[in-house]
Amino acid sequence: MSTVIATPKPGKPWTATPQQRLITASIYLGAVLVSFTLVAITPMKGKLAYFVVFFFSSLLIDFILSYIQRGMASAKDAIARGFVSVGMTLAVLPIFSILFEVVKRGYKGLNINLFTKDMSLTSVNDPIGNGGLIHAITGTIIMVAMALIVAMPIGILTAIYLTEIRGKFAAPIKFLVQAMSGVPSIVAGLFILSAYVYPITGALSGFAGSLALMILMIPTIARTSEEVLLLIPNDLREAGVALGGTQWRTVALVVVPAAKSGLVTALILGIARVAGETAPLVLLTGGGEKVNLNPFDGPMGSLPIYIWKCFGQGTEESIARAWSGILVLLVIVLALFISARFLSERKVAK
Amino acid sequence: MDKTATKPSSLSDVAAAKQKKSPGAQSLGVGLEARGVHAWFSGKHVLDGISLDFWSGTVTALIGPSGCGKSTFIRTLNRMHEFIPGAQMAGEVLLDGKDIYESGTDVTKIRLKVGMVFQKPNPFPSMSIAENVLSGLKLAELKVADKDALLEDCLERAGLWSEVKDRLNAHGGSLSGGQQQRLCIARSLAVKPQVLLMDEPCSALDPGSTLKIEETISHLSSSMTIIIVTHNMQQAARVSDYTAFFLSDGGPGSMIEVGPTSEIFSRPRDTRTENYVTGRFG
Ligand SMILES: Nc1ncnc2c1ncn2[C@@H]1O[C@H](COP(=O)(O)OP(=O)(O)OP(=O)(O)O)[C@@H](O)[C@H]1O
Ligand SMILES: [Mg+2]
Repeated sequence: MSTVIATPKPGKPWTATPQQRLITASIYLGAVLVSFTLVAITPMKGKLAYFVVFFFSSLLIDFILSYIQRGMASAKDAIARGFVSVGMTLAVLPIFSILFEVVKRGYKGLNINLFTKDMSLTSVNDPIGNGGLIHAITGTIIMVAMALIVAMPIGILTAIYLTEIRGKFAAPIKFLVQAMSGVPSIVAGLFILSAYVYPITGALSGFAGSLALMILMIPTIARTSEEVLLLIPNDLREAGVALGGTQWRTVALVVVPAAKSGLVTALILGIARVAGETAPLVLLTGGGEKVNLNPFDGPMGSLPIYIWKCFGQGTEESIARAWSGILVLLVIVLALFISARFLSERKVAK
Repeated sequence: MDKTATKPSSLSDVAAAKQKKSPGAQSLGVGLEARGVHAWFSGKHVLDGISLDFWSGTVTALIGPSGCGKSTFIRTLNRMHEFIPGAQMAGEVLLDGKDIYESGTDVTKIRLKVGMVFQKPNPFPSMSIAENVLSGLKLAELKVADKDALLEDCLERAGLWSEVKDRLNAHGGSLSGGQQQRLCIARSLAVKPQVLLMDEPCSALDPGSTLKIEETISHLSSSMTIIIVTHNMQQAARVSDYTAFFLSDGGPGSMIEVGPTSEIFSRPRDTRTENYVTGRFG
């Protein structure tokens, strides 16, 4: 028997050592100290002052330290890193403060009645447990789903036309789609009002609302899908065609499956674009207080309108209702997002 | 083909040894015929009147320096050339005596009969290994009685079966580069092409995988026409029966010389060919 050589322990030698972590921590600690001192001894006041002083002093310390340890290039890298992280913070801060605010104000109104009752028998001053928003949830789901059923094929087919077929009309259509994505939602609402509601039905309905949502959804889905399809390498298209596939079968069996998770993202963005739309729904749906599962007949409620109405009523109870409505809307969109992600990323391997 | 021959000392010996074993004995007639093929990219002339016969049951190697039009040429042979925006061509390519560019030809049928393996392995990322191999059947809407048998047969012939038989449901992308390339070869075999075009199929592979693919080529060559582009002179000498030398002197690429591989490597007629195969330029 020769000597047994022990297998080395698996590690990650590229990650920071405790010593380096200590240095990083002390940079921030130093920066915090500096910011407190400076705010105390100068006339600067407020949270913003702390933040600004902290940012610049940590940047400076990091810069000097990196320069001493590893030279100029690494010092510049430290500066860039500092600005990038502050940019990131500025970007996510509003998102988190919105989420925080919504949860803080919305959770109080949460109760089981929200999901079982509607508002038809409830008045503005009734306590929050009376009535619910099931009519708004069903309305939003029905209208968004109907809009999606039409907008999904149109949007994705438009993207396929732009990236795969690249026909004669590709340039004007691309321009049109871009222009359409800038259409204000109220304009889409007015268009359906004058093109569908007045001349044809003469009555407000959930279907009219979903038509407007569809108009808003298509450009978002088309543009995102186009970007996604452009990322698919041309090699795959060539491989599909070289195996004797027609262009259509190559797109359907190779290109679209390869882009699947991106296309699902496009759909989610489309839904997220319209789920909170209020203006066209105010014009078109009549915003009822009762559960109405028939989009072709009678007014239909929706979460954005529920929220808008409750805020307008102004009593303490209705404002609490509005916040719970916002929370429910956010949770629905989030749940959709997560489940779609999950579905699209299932692996082939068992 | 013949792996027992004594170790050759030079390229021409390899080719000569090989040539003795198969003096066109396997030839079954002309499989594919290029007649005066020219090609352009957005008006730029890159191929100048290539005429070349490819015999069934043989392997033809296309050699020549980078940019001389080898890829462009083989892409005209299965009508992949037209896939590039701005591409134009002139001339005829006869498959079974019929011009594949004749109007009214079903181009998908042509590509079924003339398969292609690309330089970069490109398995379909959304499909498993098994699905990749059988993807041609789906793409071309072909029916097959026994899919499992076909799957095993294609992977076996591509020299990949033993390595993947336990994980046929894994992603195609989970294989190594050399395995992916053999997967792509298996994929093109599944639709039973008459002609197989291979554009530098081993350029990204290690010697082991290269050897496997060369063995695959030798096996396949008895039943189909194979055309292979390669920058590796040893490879051309090892696998091919005929070799064509392409060259561009700044203008469009043209074919300088074609002949049995042994002759091209031992006594080329043109000095430019000689310089190239002996490594004096290119
Ligand atoms: N898509 C394209 N658009 C414009 N010109 C091209 C295109 N593809 C190739 N060419 C030009 O055509 C000529 C021949 O290219 P080709 O790819 O056929 O060369 P090659 O012999 O295969 O070279 P390599 O050995 O490097 O693969 C080159 O001059 C190249 O610049
Ligand atoms: Mg090439």
